[in-house]
Amino acid sequence: MKSTPTAFSLPARILHWLMAVLVLAMLFIGVGMVASVSERHQWLIGLHKPLGIAILILVLLRLYVRWRYPAPPLPADLPTWQRMGAYLSHSALYALMLAMPLVGWAMLSAGGYPITLGYGVQLPPIVPAGPALFSVLRYAHQYLAYLLFLTFLLHMGAALYHGLIRRDGVLRSMMRGKRIEE
Amino acid sequence: MDSSRTPTWRWLFIAAAIAVFAGLFAYVGGWIAPNRLTPKKIVDTLEDNAGVHPGYRRNHSKGICVAGTFTSSGQAADYSIAALFAPGDTPVVGRFALPGGNPYAPDNSVPIRSFALRFTQSDGQQWRTGMNSMPVFPVATPEAFFAQLQAGRPDPATGKPDPARMKAFFDAHPEASAFLKWVKTAKPSASYATETYWGLNAFYFVNEQGERQAVRWEVVPEQAMDDTASPDTSDPNYLAFDLEQRLASGALRWRLLVTLAAPGDPVDDATKTWPANRPQIDAGTLVLNQVQPQDSGECRDINYDPTILPQGIEISSDPLLPARSAAYADSYLRRTGEEAHLPSTSRPGDAHLAGSKHP
Repeated sequence: MKSTPTAFSLPARILHWLMAVLVLAMLFIGVGMVASVSERHQWLIGLHKPLGIAILILVLLRLYVRWRYPAPPLPADLPTWQRMGAYLSHSALYALMLAMPLVGWAMLSAGGYPITLGYGVQLPPIVPAGPALFSVLRYAHQYLAYLLFLTFLLHMGAALYHGLIRRDGVLRSMMRGKRIEE
Repeated sequence: MDSSRTPTWRWLFIAAAIAVFAGLFAYVGGWIAPNRLTPKKIVDTLEDNAGVHPGYRRNHSKGICVAGTFTSSGQAADYSIAALFAPGDTPVVGRFALPGGNPYAPDNSVPIRSFALRFTQSDGQQWRTGMNSMPVFPVATPEAFFAQLQAGRPDPATGKPDPARMKAFFDAHPEASAFLKWVKTAKPSASYATETYWGLNAFYFVNEQGERQAVRWEVVPEQAMDDTASPDTSDPNYLAFDLEQRLASGALRWRLLVTLAAPGDPVDDATKTWPANRPQIDAGTLVLNQVQPQDSGECRDINYDPTILPQGIEISSDPLLPARSAAYADSYLRRTGEEAHLPSTSRPGDAHLAGSKHP
């Protein structure tokens, strides 16, 4: 008989921590580049676009891994509101990680910008050019980024709450492999 | 460790972790770094000086769209792999404009004209450049440009910049001397078509071997300047009228000249020209044959960000380039948001200049 998993699979853990670094870096690059007129501005934009596409590819891979290797269940004694919170915040994280690169790509398309990733790599536009659509998508990109950052703070706070206060193995299930086989 | 009691430090650790990330984010985003020069501050100051004119660019607000073709001579292809320098034609959408944030400024109110171009290669890569009809820029850094904007804020009593503040600015910025010398003799031209436009900032061309050559470019008109022509200043829009007249009777042409720097020539200082004996290559001919009003023409929705470059052209270390890119993006967002009728994110505009010069 197959047991339910007690920890995240290795692919899930690798993707989680890799994307944690990338997504957090992207949020800081994004707010930093629009608030700077220095040389950093060009350097950060040059990073932002290819990293965004990398995250888009990784999040698709991650959705597959999540479907292929189900997540370990939450502790049975976790209050319902926390269970709900976990479900909603994880859904929001996946949705935002998927939406942000697509909105960014669409925004550059609407602005009539060439979508260059460096080294001559160029992506096609995914929406028609138009100033009104550009501004809507540009603001969406900004406010969804703020929402993603707030969701990250909540996620990190909750993870530390599991690891330091409840000490119920939830944080450990993403830190290390399975400790109990069968 | 006894798990039934939770020491306070564990709660404090969680609070501190959240506070550190939130604080870093706020600092990087400029919310708690009030002294940092941001694109927003530059564009806010442009609005302070000229008023808010919804839908218009915040600088070089008054302009006109043009379109045509660039025909490469092939001579720049040794220095840059950009496809537009290979022999052949590349479509171009351009915009002539006046500097300043007032879209109703009379054409004879400033002696400077500007010319922006977007070349679209068949591979989709683009070259965008914004040029001015002066050989040097007044200042070398975004900080000095910001100070110049602040010094140029119109006195509410006269509607003009306070001469004492402008003098104080130029006294503190000796790098502006080449510009001031040029502007002393500059007159508002009667036509966009007879001006030379300089790219001002240095860039690098990169060739097949990966060699980087510092360059500057200018477009030189084939239309001769008629010194006897004086603009009909009874029409504040004589430049647009002149352009339409000229294009109705034939195409207008410029040659794209690329100046090659010698080692040691400054690439990070738009206030300094390079010595006159530097070699120039004739990269090709720009032919304009269409003119469109800026409120409906193709140039309207183009942000002429000079850092949008094809492979084969790269930005230099000129600090004005990233600042132009950042400020143009901010201006572009404001005016496209106005076209979308989004709630304004710019401050409520003081329209003291907006209504005074033109209905």
